[in-house]
Amino acid sequence: MLRTLGILALICAAAFGLHLVLDSIDAYWARIANLCGISILLAVSLNVINGLCGQFSLGHAGFMAIGAYVSAFFTTTLRYFDDAAGQYVTVLPLLDQSWGFVPALLLGGFAAAAAGLVIGIPTLRLRGDYLAIATLGFGEIVTIMITNFSKVGGANGLSGIPAYSNGFWIFTFAGICVLFTLHLQRSTFGRALIAIRENELAAEVMGIRTARIKIAAFVYGAFFAGIAGGLLGHFLQTISPATFGFMKSIEVIVMLVLGGLGSLTGAIIGAVTLTVLPELLRDVETSTGMPGIRMVVYSLVLILLMLFRPQGIFGQRELSLRLLRSLLPGRRKEGAPSAPAAFTAQQSVEAKTFFARAPQTLPPQNEGKK
Amino acid sequence: MALLEIEHVDVFYGAVQALRSVSLRVEQGEVVSLVGSNGAGKTTTLNAICGLVRPRAGDVRFDGQSIARVPTHELVRRGLVMAPEGRGIFPNLTVAENLDLGAYSRRDHGAVKTDLDRVLALFPRLNERMRQKGGTLSGGEQQMLAIGRALMSRPKLLLLDEPSLGLAPLLVKVIFDTIDAINREGVTVLLVEQNANAALKHSKRAYVLESGSIALEGDASQLRDDPAVKAAYLGE
Repeated sequence: MLRTLGILALICAAAFGLHLVLDSIDAYWARIANLCGISILLAVSLNVINGLCGQFSLGHAGFMAIGAYVSAFFTTTLRYFDDAAGQYVTVLPLLDQSWGFVPALLLGGFAAAAAGLVIGIPTLRLRGDYLAIATLGFGEIVTIMITNFSKVGGANGLSGIPAYSNGFWIFTFAGICVLFTLHLQRSTFGRALIAIRENELAAEVMGIRTARIKIAAFVYGAFFAGIAGGLLGHFLQTISPATFGFMKSIEVIVMLVLGGLGSLTGAIIGAVTLTVLPELLRDVETSTGMPGIRMVVYSLVLILLMLFRPQGIFGQRELSLRLLRSLLPGRRKEGAPSAPAAFTAQQSVEAKTFFARAPQTLPPQNEGKK
Repeated sequence: MALLEIEHVDVFYGAVQALRSVSLRVEQGEVVSLVGSNGAGKTTTLNAICGLVRPRAGDVRFDGQSIARVPTHELVRRGLVMAPEGRGIFPNLTVAENLDLGAYSRRDHGAVKTDLDRVLALFPRLNERMRQKGGTLSGGEQQMLAIGRALMSRPKLLLLDEPSLGLAPLLVKVIFDTIDAINREGVTVLLVEQNANAALKHSKRAYVLESGSIALEGDASQLRDDPAVKAAYLGE
């Protein structure tokens, strides 16, 4: 507990440091860096559903939309112009401070998680393509409902959202999400997720409550997608249903596939790459004088990557010191057994000690078998 | 009291009836085999026992209690475990991780380690392959892993679905010898097999399933001499 609080403090400090750095650099690149943070939240949270648990969800943008609109509703719609003070005042006094949008953000996250629960229960019985279609339908329903809900701007979207998001908040939440997910991957729950991905029937007969675990993964992913949506809303200051369309879900999936489905570090790298790459390619446009060529190159990069490395940059592996060491020349040949995905070094050490300790004869046979 | 009793179980897949009033029992300490041809309902019977399909009629009792409505994960906790057909292992996880997941529902971590040693003693081949991914094992090794993983949950009753499927004759013998060894350790086994010859040799009693109902039952040695069984399943 104390250790967790320490790590949280560390994340906040690092995020604050990053915030100061971003404040001092070019605003354009600072903006891209912040968008990277939001992408990391999205990719890492979807990785729990798609990568670890193997449930192909196309509804991530729907959860984002719920988080964005719910949090923006609390900070934007629920305020009025106070003539005496000469400024906007929110109905809930807590939200008036700039840090006060955190409760709104969390409410957005919880709303998205609740939606994940409601959607997850009926749809997670479905498998593969059927689940993908059902979650796609969910995403569409969310945007259509928002379009027809005039209180939050309908199709015009909601503008004038206070710019509460900044490097500090974005990277604090991204850090928390990564930390939680790392912890989750190494827990019994994480192993159950992976077991479901690998073989759902076998997981079931091993005593894993597959339905419950799948829904929990869905709710977890939805929560952080909601947070990401809220951060994005308070960053862009304007949101509309179109922001959270089908293409947004696809974009997050592409990040995962690029980085390596099932790898936490892969998700982070994929998120950063796909956020920065389109911006870098702007230079190609100016130098060739061909407007629009950037998206062609972008698509080409993706196609080439899938042709030559279909498992993504990291596959299911994690970027770790051990992996880096194994890539150094002379240490281990290419094709040697790779570091096990998503499992801790400690467990492999345990495996090794079992190896050394296993008895050659059968141990006493009566113990505990009855 | 029998460890497992199935009474007049009917199972339907949609409109199709897969099991018709199937009754069987397994006594504590026995190896019982359930033989029959493709589509006779062998796997369905196992699935009905461990809660993966629900019988429309009839009752399933384990340890004296009805389990017809008990969810699978709870049955695993009570000691009724299945090693699924087609070596349902986790291909991208290492052998060690696969075995570890076998003990998923257990909280007695000390005893789990003892059991791991026991499983590895039973399957020395797995010991050599602890850090290898399950999917890279040979068919026989995968079957060993599936059985070993099921043993990690410390079952009272182990359900084995076609353990010899697709294995070379030599490996079939190894697997059946292992089943004998597991049984000697006190685990009751219900074995589903197409390989009637081997199954009857290694079990005490047997049931013959035909088109969803029990056609014959009795001592395995007697069934082996039964002319009808010989003609239909033993190829003699």
